[in-house]
Amino acid sequence: MGGMETENRNEVNESRKRELVCIRCPIGCMITVTQQGDGTLGITGNSCGRGAEYAEKELTNPTRIVTSTIRLRNGKQAVVPVKTAADIPKGKIAECMDAIRDAELEAPVRIGDVALADVAGTGVDIVVTKNVEADMGA
Amino acid sequence: MKKKAEIVIVGGGPAGLAAAAAAEEAGVKSEDILIIERDGELGGILNQCIHNGFGLHTFKEELTGPEYAERYAEKVRQAGIPYLLQTMAVDIRAEGRDGNDAGKIKYVTAMNKNDGLFTVEAQAVILAMGCRERPRGALNIPGYRPAGIYSAGTAQRYVNIEGRMPGKEAVILGSGDIGLIMARRMTLEGAKVKLVAELMPYSGGLKRNIVQCLDDYGIPLKLSHTVVGIHGKERVEGVTIAEVDGNRKPIAGTEEYISCDTLLLSCGLLPENELSAGLGVALNPVTSGPVVNESLETNVEGVFACGNVLHVHDLVDYVSEEAGNAGRNAAEYVLGTGKREAASAAIGIRPGPGVRYTVPSLLRLGHMQEEQVIRFRVSDVYRDAALAVYFDDIPVMKVNKKVMAPGEMEQIKLKKRKLEEYPELEQIRIAVERAVPPKA
Amino acid sequence: MYDVIIVGAGVSGCAVARELSRYHMKTAVLERASDVCEGTSKANSGIVHAGYDAEPGTVKALLNIRGSRRMEELSEELDFPYKKNGSLVLCFEESDRGKLQELLERGKKNGVEQLRILEREELARMEPNISEHAAAALYAPTGGIVCPFGLTIALAENAFVNGVEFYLDTEVRKAEKTGAGYRLETSRGIFESRTVVNAAGVYADVFHNMVSSRKIHITPRKGEYCLFDKAAGDWVRHTVFQLPTKYGKGVLVTPTVHGNLLMGPTAEDIEDKEGVYTTGEGLAGLLERGALSVRDVPAGKVITSFAGLRAHEDGGDFIIGEPEDAAGFIDVAGIESPGLTCAPAIGEYVADLVRKRIPAQEKADFIAGRKGIPSMALADEERRQELIRKNPAYANVVCRCELVTEGEILDAIHRPLGATTLDGVKRRVRAGMGRCQSGFCAPKTAEILARELAADLGEISKAGGKSLLLTGCGKFPHANSGKTVREAGHIDGHIRQERGEA
Repeated sequence: MGGMETENRNEVNESRKRELVCIRCPIGCMITVTQQGDGTLGITGNSCGRGAEYAEKELTNPTRIVTSTIRLRNGKQAVVPVKTAADIPKGKIAECMDAIRDAELEAPVRIGDVALADVAGTGVDIVVTKNVEADMGA
Repeated sequence: MKKKAEIVIVGGGPAGLAAAAAAEEAGVKSEDILIIERDGELGGILNQCIHNGFGLHTFKEELTGPEYAERYAEKVRQAGIPYLLQTMAVDIRAEGRDGNDAGKIKYVTAMNKNDGLFTVEAQAVILAMGCRERPRGALNIPGYRPAGIYSAGTAQRYVNIEGRMPGKEAVILGSGDIGLIMARRMTLEGAKVKLVAELMPYSGGLKRNIVQCLDDYGIPLKLSHTVVGIHGKERVEGVTIAEVDGNRKPIAGTEEYISCDTLLLSCGLLPENELSAGLGVALNPVTSGPVVNESLETNVEGVFACGNVLHVHDLVDYVSEEAGNAGRNAAEYVLGTGKREAASAAIGIRPGPGVRYTVPSLLRLGHMQEEQVIRFRVSDVYRDAALAVYFDDIPVMKVNKKVMAPGEMEQIKLKKRKLEEYPELEQIRIAVERAVPPKA
Repeated sequence: MYDVIIVGAGVSGCAVARELSRYHMKTAVLERASDVCEGTSKANSGIVHAGYDAEPGTVKALLNIRGSRRMEELSEELDFPYKKNGSLVLCFEESDRGKLQELLERGKKNGVEQLRILEREELARMEPNISEHAAAALYAPTGGIVCPFGLTIALAENAFVNGVEFYLDTEVRKAEKTGAGYRLETSRGIFESRTVVNAAGVYADVFHNMVSSRKIHITPRKGEYCLFDKAAGDWVRHTVFQLPTKYGKGVLVTPTVHGNLLMGPTAEDIEDKEGVYTTGEGLAGLLERGALSVRDVPAGKVITSFAGLRAHEDGGDFIIGEPEDAAGFIDVAGIESPGLTCAPAIGEYVADLVRKRIPAQEKADFIAGRKGIPSMALADEERRQELIRKNPAYANVVCRCELVTEGEILDAIHRPLGATTLDGVKRRVRAGMGRCQSGFCAPKTAEILARELAADLGEISKAGGKSLLLTGCGKFPHANSGKTVREAGHIDGHIRQERGEA
């Protein structure tokens, strides 16, 4: 997972170069980040500080909010939407989805109810994002 | 069934809810308002938009669609505004056209299982029916007509409301936001999304969605490509895509077969104006939405429009804001509190080069607030350009824009006192022009 | 042992079934698709031809006139949409006037009434959107339009309530002559019958050639169409044909009985008997040739395009009757245009042929009439209120474009020979026929189908076979059996009922 990535090795030093589109505003700067062998980052192409911040985060610790649905027993809907209460590391998304796929809730549920605590060892909870009543006819 | 209301709001999605709440806040008694919603719950399409990214402007936090909808639904419930669910408005008429009350009374006919077929009499109507997706037919894609072809929104409903998956391997035509969101959604739920093809040389979706929905999952976006054939007689078995030239015509020899069992279409949204047209509301051929003035009032007096029925928005926050204005204006109309100053001629607002349309397209100084927001979309991707405003032929404003794209709505603000300096003004024109060189 | 087995539940097969259901005969219809009207009968122009085209004296000419005259009466008897809107054949070149005159003479010989030639002025008055290139036209006031699904389904339902058995999802694989008649091997076992009516559309040659040494050959002749939004439905009021021009055989532009505008068909001979695909060139060419007839073709108002296959026999004529070497095997083959128009007459004609083999008494209790499904969209307010009082489901709108309610969809499912698929519902009550082409109503209709057939949503299909709507796993993997409602055993393919229920 990830944008365009190229490995660029030279004899003296190993460096990694990556290009990404900044999404902090509609301008969409094409930012080039070069990671030197010593770990320092060279960031070019951004037109503001937010771009540099974005690029650094994307390279060192990219995180995302994950949204999905969980099966709901006896609800007016078959599934209920959920989200991670905070962003989680990109690398944990697949594990998080596995946990979501296995889970099941019982109606009624309210926005903010914790559906899964500490998903995939991220310390982040999966919470319900919609009020769904029990289906009395079910 | 109550047969009378001051304001009937057709549609209980984000626009209808915000309009209702604003009308009530502006002094209309809650019981004098009625929301008619065709779905089984309030919130409209937001209920199936379970991804995050809503409400950054309005609530300064990132909500999911259902959470955003719930904030407004709760407002409406708290205010005690009546609403009818699973109710379809089937006809709106304005009557008494010839008498003193010409067109003043509106009759909204609707039906549902509990009340049957009924008509509600209203002083004002707020059109908030939203939009629909452009179907395959409108694209006239050749090939078979098997199962497995869905508009992105229909697929979204299956996945997010029913917990079902339309297919295992998908190609998405069109890079509108719903298509991009569904690319990620289908992938997370275990499907293989092979690619997103976009007819235009640029995406119609938000940049953030391209990065987080496609790039994150390694889903290719093929710009200037379209689907030229659908294969599979019973269920989709594959599609042929091809590159298109500058006139959007497929280039022979660039065809490529992609096997898949599902084709999702995300090729644009169209305001849903069957009811408006039946009522005699004039529509703008560019937006397919009503022509409105600064009060978001249509050519039919007392009939207002807001949200995606008026023009397709990129962010729901703007829908809520616009709908709030429509609600307040409708309230002023029915309460008679509006500063209906001596009739002032309407100033036309016209899109100039590079601008596709404007909302509103008429401005009456006498009804104008201190500031008026004009929203519009540009017709191409522009870098380092400027938005210019002309009062008749006099250039009055120029704002540099680093980047503008058709996928993102633009706006400019007009000040009343500035307009008052031009008493003879007949037309305001907004155009895309070259950027102003930086001052030395 | 059946008295008659009809292979194919298209308009011809159903018309024959309906006529035979008047008599005390054990009759069955075998259809490989999951519904009636799934082949050529579902994708054609929906025209009731006045009868000036066919060569005088041919069976085609006789059946055309008879069918055309029967259609109106039948539409009242069986309650399906039909309209006598009149047709025009446009002539673009002064030099072609002779051809127009020829058509007029031929029509008169065939017995077509009220035919006359219109000059430019009168033509333009009748059809303001007609192109300025049209110099004159042949006007046939008796020409009409019909809903091909409405007609076929009405015939099938009526045959069914009069005791004809229907086997759907039943594909005939082999036909052979036996001492007593014919033996048919199908995907649902062996069927034996004293006589067979071969109404298998583009496959009629295959079955014919299994029992006769006098081979016939049917070429699928593909026709592509564009259907326009109802907003363009009154672009023309008459069915507008073209005389063949140097650009080829003409296309027609016509309103449909439901108020859309239809343009087509192209004509392309293909090999594939399943090749109902449209092509970019075909559709583009269609719009171009349509523009010869009408001004400013509203191309932006196309809501869907489709292709159908005409069953064109090499000899170019209908083949109706027994081959010399296969007594009791009655072909209804090569039924291309004006086949739909002829259907009522074909039904009578073939029933007479069958009765020569199987002399049977007429039923005293034959039910001649049939009531269609009420339409909320067409009903006036009083009728709407009445329907809602009867069942509040008529107030629950499912398809917004065509204003189709849950009540009508329930009717479509629970009628005799009811719908079991999305397309089945669509063709019975028009849910999904409108400008959004089912984007809005398909999930709701699928849910109603699942509920009413006690099936899972994952078993609902567009048109049976492999056309399941949902093939992915989702949150309910157990529900995804990959089977249609019929394969899963929720409904039987063998549909038979005791008489009297309608």
